[in-house]
Order: sequence, then C-alpha cells, then structure tokens
Amino acid sequence: MDALIAPLLNGSAQGALLLLAALGLSLTFGQMGVINMAHGEFLMIGAFAAYLVQQVIAASDLSIPVALPVAFVVAGLFGLLLEVTIIQWMYRRPLDTLLVTVGVSLVLQQAALQIFPSQGVPVEKPDWLDGQLNILGYEWPLRQVFTILLATACVAALAAWLKYTAFGRRIRATVHNRDLAETSGISTRTIDRLTFFTGSGLAGVAGVAASLIGGTNSQMGAQYIIPAFLVVAAGGIGQLKGTIIAAWVVGVALSYFAYWTTGSFAQVLAFILVIVFLQLRPQGLFTVRTRSLV
Amino acid sequence: MPNSSKRMRALMATGALGTTMALVLAGCGARAGDETASAGSSPAASCVDTSGDTVKLGFLNSLTGGMAISEKTVSNVLHMASDEINASGGILGKKIKYVQEDGATDWPTFAEKTEKLLTQDCVAAIFGGWTSSSRKAVKPVVEKLNGLFFYPVQYEGLESSPNIYYTGATTNQQIIPAMDFLASKGVKTLFLAGSDYVFPRTANAIIKLYAAKLGIKIVGEEYVPLDKDDWTSQVAKIAAAKPDFIFNTINGSSNVGFIKAYYDAGLTPAKTPIISVSIAEEEAPAMGHAVTGNYASWNYFQSLKTDTNPKFIDSWKAYPNSSGVTSDPMEAAYISLYLYKALVEAAGSFDVDAVNAAAKKNTITFDAPEGKVTLDGENHHISKPGHIGQINANNQFDIVWSSDKFIEPDPYLKAYDWFPADVREQLVAAAG
Repeated sequence: MDALIAPLLNGSAQGALLLLAALGLSLTFGQMGVINMAHGEFLMIGAFAAYLVQQVIAASDLSIPVALPVAFVVAGLFGLLLEVTIIQWMYRRPLDTLLVTVGVSLVLQQAALQIFPSQGVPVEKPDWLDGQLNILGYEWPLRQVFTILLATACVAALAAWLKYTAFGRRIRATVHNRDLAETSGISTRTIDRLTFFTGSGLAGVAGVAASLIGGTNSQMGAQYIIPAFLVVAAGGIGQLKGTIIAAWVVGVALSYFAYWTTGSFAQVLAFILVIVFLQLRPQGLFTVRTRSLV
Repeated sequence: MPNSSKRMRALMATGALGTTMALVLAGCGARAGDETASAGSSPAASCVDTSGDTVKLGFLNSLTGGMAISEKTVSNVLHMASDEINASGGILGKKIKYVQEDGATDWPTFAEKTEKLLTQDCVAAIFGGWTSSSRKAVKPVVEKLNGLFFYPVQYEGLESSPNIYYTGATTNQQIIPAMDFLASKGVKTLFLAGSDYVFPRTANAIIKLYAAKLGIKIVGEEYVPLDKDDWTSQVAKIAAAKPDFIFNTINGSSNVGFIKAYYDAGLTPAKTPIISVSIAEEEAPAMGHAVTGNYASWNYFQSLKTDTNPKFIDSWKAYPNSSGVTSDPMEAAYISLYLYKALVEAAGSFDVDAVNAAAKKNTITFDAPEGKVTLDGENHHISKPGHIGQINANNQFDIVWSSDKFIEPDPYLKAYDWFPADVREQLVAAAG
C-alpha cells in the first residue's frame, strides 16, 4: 500500500512547493516577458528571512506564520529593487533578461555567502508541524500537509487578486494589450512593478516552505529554478490553471519515479517526460487563447 | 501574440535545458582536468627558489561555487597554521609566504591553478582540495610536474600517489570503524543512503562486502544527486524497510534535507538511528534539533580529550573569520602543513625527491589534536584513531566508541580478507 500512497502524498507536497516556486515566474514571464533566473535567489531570501524572524521570536509557534508575510515583503522588495535598477530597461527582451538575471543570481548567492555561515542556518519547524497524519497506513508528515495548504492559499489569493481587485483588472488589461491599456490611462510602469513585486514575494513564501524541507544556504535557490521553469513551460505561459496542473503532475511523477527507481534516475525520467510533452504540445497544457492570466 | 509567446516558451525551455546541460558538464569536469594536464608540457625541472628567507607555498581551495561552503574553513585554518609556523621560526628557518588560489568548485580550474602554482608561482608544495573530483584533477598535474599536494579530507581510498600526501581518513580508518561500532551494537539490518557520486558509491560497495562478513543484512540502498535537498521519497522507503540503522554517506547541504525528511516522517534516533561519515561540528548546527541523537564516525572531534586539542580549539576560536567550532577536515588540513614542516626538516631540503625519501624512513610523526599521528612513507597516508560520536543538543559530539588503537592506513584494503582482489581492481579502474 505504501508504494502507491506514499509517492502520491509526497509528490503532491513536492508539487505544491514547485507551484509556489513557479507562480511568480509565470506571472512575470506572462506579463513582461522577463526570464528571471534570479527567482531561485528570491526564494533563498525568503528562507533567510524566516531564519531571521526565528532569531527575533525564538522558534516559537508563531515564527512560521509571522515569517510568511515578512518573507513575502522582503523578497518582494528585493524584486522591486531589481526591477527598478535593471529589469525595466529590458522588457520584452527575454534573452537579455535571462543573461542579466543569471549574473544577479550569482551576486545574490555570493552576498548570502558573505553574510550567513557558509554551511547554512537552521530554520526550526514549530511544534505544531511535528507529527504525521495516518492515511491508509502511511504516516504522512504534517509539514507536507502544511505545504499543500500554503500553496492552495497563495493560489486562491493570487486568483482573487487578479480577478476582483482594480489592480488585478489593470494587470490583466496590460497583459491583454499593453498599448490600449496605457491609452486608457493605466500606468503600465506601476503595474509592471507591482507584478514584479508580487512574483518575487511569492518566491519568498516558497522559500519559507523550502526552508522546512532542506538546507537554508546560499545554494538553495539553484535546485528549484530549473524544475520551476519546466513547470511554467509545460503548463502554458501565463496560465495559472496550467501551472497548477503541471506542478502537481511533475511533483507526483518525480515522487513515483523516485520510489520505483532511484533519486537520480527520477530526475532523468521527469526531464524526459517534460521534453516529450513539449514536443507533442509545444504550447503547453493550455494555449493562451484568452490572453489573460486566469 | 500567440506566435511570439510560442517563441518565448521555446526560448525559456532552451534556457532551462541549457543550464541543466551546463550543470551536467560541470559534473564531468574531472576528465576535462586530465586533458588540461596533458595539454601543457612544462619540464619537470623545479623553479622553487628558497635562497631567500622565505618559502612559497600554494593554498588551493574553492572560495566560490558550491564547495565554498566547506572549503573556506580549510583555507582559513591553513592560514592559521602558516601564521603559527611563522611565529615559531618557519620551516628550516624560512618564513612561509603563501599564494592563495581559488579552485572555484570547478575541476579543470583545480588542474589549471595547480599548474600555475607550480610553474609560475614556483611553490614548494600545494595544500587543499576537498572533493575527490578536485583531487583527481590535481593528481596528473603534480605527477607530471613532480610537485607535492597535501589533501585534507576523508575519501574513498583506493589511491596512492608519490606526489600526494593524504591527511584525512581512508576507508579503513572511518568506514570500517563505523561498521565495527554497528556490529558491537548488535545491528542486524542496515539501510544505505548516499549522495550520487564516487565517494558514496565506492564506500557502499565496501560497506556491503564488510556487512556480509559481519552478518549484517543490507535492506535497501538509495542515492540522491548532490544538489537536491528533497529526500521525502527515499525516507518513505526507509520507513517501509524498517532497518535497525541507517548508514549515511550523503554530503553537503543535501544532508540537511535528509535529516529533516527523516525527522518529518517520525523516525527517531531511538528507533532508527543514523550513522554519518560527513556530519561534523560545522554541519550539525544547520540541521537544528532534528539531528540530535544521531551518530557520526570521524578521527577527530572537538570534544576529544587529548593534550594538544585545547590549544588548537582556543587558537581557532580566536582566529579572524573563524567559524568557532573545530571539525575533522579542518584538523586534517592543520595537520597537513605541520606534517610538511616535519618532512622538510627531516629531509633538510624542500626538494620533492628528498622529501619523499625522508617519508620512506617511516619516522615522521606529528603531535596532532587527534593524537600523535605517524606518516606511512609507502602509501603517504597517516595513522588515525577511529571514534564514534553521538550528537548532543549543543550540536557537539559525545564520544561513545573508540578504536582500541591508532589505525594504520590501508587505502587498498589489502589486509582485509573479505575484500576480494578482483573487486579492488574493478573499483580502482572505475575510480580512474
């Protein structure tokens, strides 16, 4: 039974984390055509923010709930800084943004290496995340349930924001037709900045979730960036629905592969799966027919 | 619009795949290093100049890239040892002047920098390296140019070079003591968890042979790439296999992910303890309380009670940019510089052949923090005590088991009857 249930539950949690990491990428790429290779480092910034929060309020029960908004704002501000200083000069030039942000990611990694102990810092799991749910005989870690709930909450908040708020409407209008949006009085500059802030902030939230799984160190962002890009590409760019499904499928597939074969071979199989899928359906799961994010 | 977005998607996938390819290629760097080495063709004649009152030494550590996490400490403790030696009169009366180079976690760079240190900086010896890949990149270069390289980290053994001195443990000084400890605890079933590269795979091949001899059953074996932290799937398999003990050959930050996933799954050291050969005083704090109660096998612990250890700890704590704790690899790096001093002074010369001839007399010893170690002049490794430590709440190690004497280095495991010659040949050939 474990062989069937365990990978499904583990994979769902893995997918939820991938989704959190991919949401921001999908947003900034969908709207601005920015391939942000420093997105993984925003995730790292979120994780370090969680560590700093725990230094202030000593790993109490509240430290993770407090860390989430803090990580969102801190990573978001770093994103905004990147947008204002560098990215805004190269919108719609994906290749340039790719190269520049690779450089930015290296700078951020080295900066983290200078500031924090090189072997990483501990982010402690609060007591209420200790324990397991018994699902059909499999002891499912509560931490994984938390990751899934967190991802669900972020997606719901993002969807509601895009759909029901004035800013959300302006973002969708900008994605739909930038010139027309501008003509009708929308400041697309402000919209772009806000989108970049939100996308980077979401990476920060993903970082808090990641800090509960692995190490919190200067290298941690690197392992999420490629799977997150593949999720965005497979889901269909600017497609929230597609990103969700692709993240879940990649997470669960990776988990089953890892259970049946080995950790390394699972990576190979997952990449092959995505490559084959993109050959068959180059536009991703969903086409951008509506030209809107939701 | 649909067209341009299609193009962008293709671009994005290309970017992602390109990065993956780059990472994969970096992994194959060791071979590229060998090519670099054979491409140059400098004469073996040494350009080392010791006519003044200084001697130039090269320190080659990754100060950038993924391995900087570990290697910065080694670089720093080498600086400390060199300051200490200079303060007490230098080597053969000559002060050490070191050239620090960055290997940048890139194996071809290790080969290039070695060549540069030997032919341009004309250093008398080089100290550093951490991964086996970096050592294997340096090896052909020092052998061709007849240089000296001092390597400070425990490794998979099955190697010996006239131009390399190994001050970390070889398998019979770390892996075998760990297995002896498990046998003494009455362990019957063992699960092997390792990172996916040469050290864990070779170590596990040896562990499996020795386990068969000890009557321990291996109930599972799992590997995860070095750059992946997520161990949840593998830990689910461990939970299902219910082993008595887990033998952990995971390296780097991936270990944090393993320890956390293991703790998440409700496995505890009381039920299913882990023994590691890479978690030391530097690594344990990053794992928080999830690691408390598990074990590690090393030759040196900060908690070790020897005459020389307190002074070593105090000097390190007071040293600028110190991490504040001492650990096995940094102690081995510290030993390496003092061992070189002892070798040169026994030889009365900085000349490589004279140094090697002095080593052959088997009289070189050093009163190291781990105890008095002796250099084996034939295989260039040193004798070491084996210790097992249990991690306490302060992320320090309580020593719970020690070998009854210092263990002589046996990198090819020739003295162990359970290690068949044909397996040795295969593993040596596979390690390149």
